[in-house]
Amino acid sequence: MVYRHTVGRTAWAFGDLRDLMAKATPLRSGDMLAGIAAGSAEEGMAARHCLADLPLKTFLARPLVPYEDDDVTRLIVDGHDDAAFAPIAHLTVGDFRDWLLSDLATPAVLARVARGITPEMAAAVSKIMRNQDLILAAKKCSVVTRFRNTIGLPGTMAVRLQPNHPTDDPDGIAATVAEGLLYGCGDAVIGINPVSDSPAVLARLCHLLDDVIQRHAIPTQSCVLTHATTSIGLIESGVPVDLVFQSIAGTEAANASFGVTLGLLREAHDAGRSLKRGTVGQNVMYFETGQGSALSAGAHHGVDQQTLEARAYAVARAFEPLLVNTVVGFIGPEYLYDGKQIIRAGLEDHFCGKLMGLPLGCDVCYTNHAEADGDDMDALMTLLGAAGVTFIMGIPGTDDVMLNYQSTSFHDQLYLRDALGLKRAPEFEAWLQAMGITGQDGRLRAPSASHPLLARAEAA
Amino acid sequence: MTGPVDRPAPPPLPPVTPDPWTHLAGLTPARLALGRSGASLPSREVLKLGLAHAKARDAVHAAMDGDALANALAGLGRDTVTVESAAPDRATYLRRPDFGRRLSARSRALLSGAGEGVASAAGADIAVVVADGLSASAVDLNAVPLIEALLPRFAGRSLAPVVLAHQARVALGDEVGALLGARLVVMLIGERPGLSAADSLGAYLTYGPRVGLTDAARNCVSNIRAAGLGPDAAAAKIAWLVDRAFALSLTGVALKDGSDAAELPMSEKPRLSGN
Repeated sequence: MVYRHTVGRTAWAFGDLRDLMAKATPLRSGDMLAGIAAGSAEEGMAARHCLADLPLKTFLARPLVPYEDDDVTRLIVDGHDDAAFAPIAHLTVGDFRDWLLSDLATPAVLARVARGITPEMAAAVSKIMRNQDLILAAKKCSVVTRFRNTIGLPGTMAVRLQPNHPTDDPDGIAATVAEGLLYGCGDAVIGINPVSDSPAVLARLCHLLDDVIQRHAIPTQSCVLTHATTSIGLIESGVPVDLVFQSIAGTEAANASFGVTLGLLREAHDAGRSLKRGTVGQNVMYFETGQGSALSAGAHHGVDQQTLEARAYAVARAFEPLLVNTVVGFIGPEYLYDGKQIIRAGLEDHFCGKLMGLPLGCDVCYTNHAEADGDDMDALMTLLGAAGVTFIMGIPGTDDVMLNYQSTSFHDQLYLRDALGLKRAPEFEAWLQAMGITGQDGRLRAPSASHPLLARAEAA
Repeated sequence: MTGPVDRPAPPPLPPVTPDPWTHLAGLTPARLALGRSGASLPSREVLKLGLAHAKARDAVHAAMDGDALANALAGLGRDTVTVESAAPDRATYLRRPDFGRRLSARSRALLSGAGEGVASAAGADIAVVVADGLSASAVDLNAVPLIEALLPRFAGRSLAPVVLAHQARVALGDEVGALLGARLVVMLIGERPGLSAADSLGAYLTYGPRVGLTDAARNCVSNIRAAGLGPDAAAAKIAWLVDRAFALSLTGVALKDGSDAAELPMSEKPRLSGN
């Protein structure tokens, strides 16, 4: 079906819903690379006008990726909650934006409709929202998850302590873990991106993190970010695995390029749950996503990268994750060219994820070949802090010496707490105080050279 | 002459809170124990990070010095041919990786045999391509020492002229190798700069180069630079892989790197108390 919109004497036509969605997307290099972006600023706005008039129901009737070809589409369609959708079923995309920003959309109401909102609906409304709309609407979405602590309570922001090392050296990793904890980081997860995919090396890293957590009775969880099949193997061999990690994307073919099927994710989820290692909850999955992954795998079906990203959240939603992380600036300038595009994408991803009921965090990051710098990251982390982001990364001095990119630092999260008054997960906050790392006000105390965390950062 | 004047004590310097675990910093290249000013990085660390980023940015945007490379390689007795990809400038190159993987029409014609001295090289065992990739600094600093270390190890094999490629991605080597009729391509290309190293060179080996191959068909030796994998160690590793590639008639996932020659010596590492 062709969608049309007339501006003055120009009649714009969009060949199908995919075309309309792509052209309505704020400009980014990945959609240009795919050859699906709007050809002019006016065409982009015409598409947004046209999209605003579309009933939300349209997206249920006309899947952007064919139902027969794609198991993510089947997951979205078959799993749609009609009852949850009922209160917004009469709205157009434009009405939906107005509703989201109105006082009708309270946190409780938003939580009730979340399962009725498909990724395509979330993506569509985000395309006609300004950055401030994305912030305000996301802030109203409350998503709370639990494993050994409580993540996502209003007024809190958690941090993934990311102690990567270029050769997986246990001493080097332990040193970074110790510093991160002394900077008050690690309530979201202590999560290593390993270089190795050797099960023996990975098992050693799992034990290293488990030892630190046990020895100091830290109310948090660990994760070694390896392929789900590897994690299943580790679990079967009795290795202490807290969270099961997997990168996911928004189409069946893109997931296949990651070596992942929905069935495998189910198996991984079951394996993680079987250990019952959570103390206050059993959200055991940690997913990472990012705009552009489907195009990069040649698996985008002509759909814009932002909509496909939201579809990845439908995959995540099926497995009740503890954490979902959009690694927004990692993929490079051919997908998100500069600071402006990275900032926009980070806010879109956070909004869409939260609207769909997910604990969305963001790796606020960039590579050195993108037109971005630390000032752009300052802007994005501050905006996401205002939007209620579930967690960000914590890396020594912003410099990930394994993955060769810049993310947010141990210092950056302190800045956000000072600037915006954000607290940590309450169990972790209490632990930090009991350990003398922070005071009653949650701010760091003067560090002590004889702190127990420094006494023995052990190689397992 | 007046007597000594009691000067007021200078006002105290603003406090920087040190991190009393500098011994940990020696355990990892990660930036530990930077200290803090309130919640934030101290001035000296902010400026250090700014400098590292500036070097990385300059490495991405600088142009590879083709003349200097050609002169240095001539000094090693190697002829060179200069080509460019279909990306006309850096801005396009960064947005369109697909352009960086294919030659410009002019360069394709050049390598197809129109160029003087190129056609005679057809059918060489090895074509070495030196490409800017994402770090011109990596190439300018490391390509010549590496090739110098490689040449004696390639003795007995025929070499095509060294191809200097501008605005190039790794897969450009496939088209270059195919046009030259080379049995194997060694692509030496500037890697994406990080803050800790802006000058890492990568070597990608592809047997039977042709347009359309993926990275699954290659072997890679990474982090080649003076402070990383040095030129001799890298050359030994590359030569080992090249020998195996010719023995097996393939590169890629089926060729496992069994070279130990390039392994870095273990440095004396500080240990944490208790170990």
